[in-house]
Amino acid sequence: MWLEILAVVFNLRTLNAAIRMSTPIALAAMGGAFSERAGVINIGLEGMLLVGAFAGAVGSYATGSALLGTLIGVAAGAATAAVFSIFTVEFRANHVVAGVGINILALGLTTWLMQVVWRTRGISPAVARVQSIRVPLISSIPVIGEVIGVQSPFVFVMIALIVGGWILLFRTPLGLRIRMTGEHPEAADTVGINVRFIKHFSVILGGALCGFGGAYLSIGNIGRFSMGMSAGRGFMGLAANIFGQWNPIGGLGASMLFSYADAVQIRLQTMEIALPHQIIQMIPYLLTIVILAGGVVKSRPPAALGNHYRSGGDA
Amino acid sequence: MRAVELHDITKRFGTLAANKAVHLTVERGEVHSLLGENGAGKTTLMKILFGLYQADSGSIRVNERPVAIRRPDDAITLGIGMVHQHFMLVPRLTVTENVIAGSEVARHGFLDMATAVEDIAKLAERYRLRVAPRARVENISVGQQQRVEILKALYRKADLLILDEPTAVLTPQETDDLFEIIRRLKGDGKTVIFITHKLRETMAISDRVTVLRDGAVVDTLYTAETGPAELARRMVGRDVLLRVERPPSEIGKPLLEVCDLSVASRYGTAVESVSFAVHAGEILGIAGVEGNGQLELEEAILGLRKTPSGTIKVRSLELGSGPDARRSVGMAHIPSDRLRRGVVPDFSVAWNLILGSQWRRPFSRRGALLRNEIADYARRVVSQYGIRCESIEAPVGSLSGGNQQKLVVARELSRDPDVVIACQPTRGVDVGAIEYIHNQLLAMRAAGKAVLLISAELDEVRALSDRILVMYEGKIVAERKSDAGESELGLLMAGHRAEAG
Repeated sequence: MWLEILAVVFNLRTLNAAIRMSTPIALAAMGGAFSERAGVINIGLEGMLLVGAFAGAVGSYATGSALLGTLIGVAAGAATAAVFSIFTVEFRANHVVAGVGINILALGLTTWLMQVVWRTRGISPAVARVQSIRVPLISSIPVIGEVIGVQSPFVFVMIALIVGGWILLFRTPLGLRIRMTGEHPEAADTVGINVRFIKHFSVILGGALCGFGGAYLSIGNIGRFSMGMSAGRGFMGLAANIFGQWNPIGGLGASMLFSYADAVQIRLQTMEIALPHQIIQMIPYLLTIVILAGGVVKSRPPAALGNHYRSGGDA
Repeated sequence: MRAVELHDITKRFGTLAANKAVHLTVERGEVHSLLGENGAGKTTLMKILFGLYQADSGSIRVNERPVAIRRPDDAITLGIGMVHQHFMLVPRLTVTENVIAGSEVARHGFLDMATAVEDIAKLAERYRLRVAPRARVENISVGQQQRVEILKALYRKADLLILDEPTAVLTPQETDDLFEIIRRLKGDGKTVIFITHKLRETMAISDRVTVLRDGAVVDTLYTAETGPAELARRMVGRDVLLRVERPPSEIGKPLLEVCDLSVASRYGTAVESVSFAVHAGEILGIAGVEGNGQLELEEAILGLRKTPSGTIKVRSLELGSGPDARRSVGMAHIPSDRLRRGVVPDFSVAWNLILGSQWRRPFSRRGALLRNEIADYARRVVSQYGIRCESIEAPVGSLSGGNQQKLVVARELSRDPDVVIACQPTRGVDVGAIEYIHNQLLAMRAAGKAVLLISAELDEVRALSDRILVMYEGKIVAERKSDAGESELGLLMAGHRAEAG
């Protein structure tokens, strides 16, 4: 039996599934990275994913185009984040409370709108979805071909976005300003950086990334929306962001780890193992807790994370 | 040519007038000292000039043209740079990143760090502001961090530099270096506004001095035509003794003994096998630049921090763990961080005065506070120690720094302790209250108590202490008599080894 388990754990198809499944988590993690690097704690990633998933499905349903649906999902994620950033930056709401509010709002709103649009509560009818693609050349390379040769286009866009996000954060003037804002907003203010703009920009960009990740969940995969389908992936993204040290690439790595555990778990369930399947299902969540609580990494959040700042000039 | 004219500037925070109809004229190319006690409105005035605050009324002219400064970028555009008392630096970013942020060099949209490093190295060379451009700010000394702040201003082509209490965190040698830098800036045609409450520095570096008191300008004088005594009188509004009298005292038995004490910190060892004894009738001063283990030593002596090794004894008895064991054997504590450890800002004066004794008679009986007893006691202490407050019900946060500190001193010393641990006792306190607190500590000494004085103010340590220990990187590196020279102590504080013999 141990051999069979090991065969599942070290399996290219498991790895293929893990990369696919890490997409929404890694995008949420990067959304969290931008938001928190600018000093805004973002618990609302979960809600932004869910809104993205719903809006993506509705967009795809209404237009018949999965591409348009995806763009609508991105816009809806950004809009949700805009609400969040107005509350936290302009009205200086407690970030955690506002984030929890966003999550509750997202769940309630999508469930209700689902009834309005489709007159159903649990799961939407099938909508246009994005098909997986077989990448020529790469798919014929051994090993690599099995892992990323046949994947959803979302996966490739996600990887490009992660790399682009890393460059933006660490290699451009705007990224330096974002990092300074989250560390020391007053210092940023005294060198003429517009702290409010930076915070709004980063949070809304994070929301757009979540919207894209959400659209993957509904129309990049099964082509349906179901109630509460984000299922904690936003929170896992939050954890992946911390584990990844507020760095998009680190966040991707952490997401892959979580998704790998998830992919293994799904496969193990189909096997005859003398463990209740509930225990097996817990694996990725246990891993999250162990990694975050165990202090495997010395995490160092942005120094002014969660603080409110008002420039004297704004008073 | 006038670099800056502030005309009739008034700024209120709630009911408090921080600046009252202030006029200030600064000539181009001069070093102009803005002298006043804490809370006199110096920083507020300069934050208005730098666009961090908006004046309620009044006008500003820069280079003889009327201007509106709404945000710091307006001030930067006008060639004004400010070095804040609390540095505006991000510890985990590099020197270069800190300097360029907000005015980045970019090529094709990407940060051009190579060019930025080169520019900063050139600028640093020109004004001899030695720093490593690629070092992280958290890894360089406070003196170097200050140079980074000055570089930030120069990088933005500042012609006028505002330095807010720049020497507060520096050793005497670093202060001399800073003065050299200021002279070089002046030689290059820059104008410098130097905010300080230290008379000696004003006398040493400025061409003219404007004295502020209670938010209003008292006078503007040519430094060459005035002296410390006259400036002190204008600053405080009455005659001040600039030097406390320390009569000889009889040294008795050791009351506090610290033996081979080590304290760990997140980054390694904060205090390394420190031993000393403080005797009855003695003030033992611990001098050192802040961040060399003083805070950890304070916390260890107070029982707030675990100690991997070492013993602490009061009257030859080893102490149990925790702060309460200290209180019960007669140890009083004036903490270095007043607002975190000394007072509860939202509590009333009366409550703060009984903190730590609230469960004792006469303040409480059978677990209930006795309001009348507490009020009587509070009124008595407030008048005895001259604490200025609206009433004993006023929240302590509404008091000035000096009066908050007097309250802490009053509470701690009125318990009749045998050992007093006084940490940075006059930080953020005005000249009048400093004089008062110094006299209280000397009174404890005269009464045969043991006083441990941990302070970064070398003048204070030298004026009060019978013996002086110098702390550097967690170790006691030297012991000197109270007549040790300032420059010698300064060198020891900066880590230069004690000369043999």
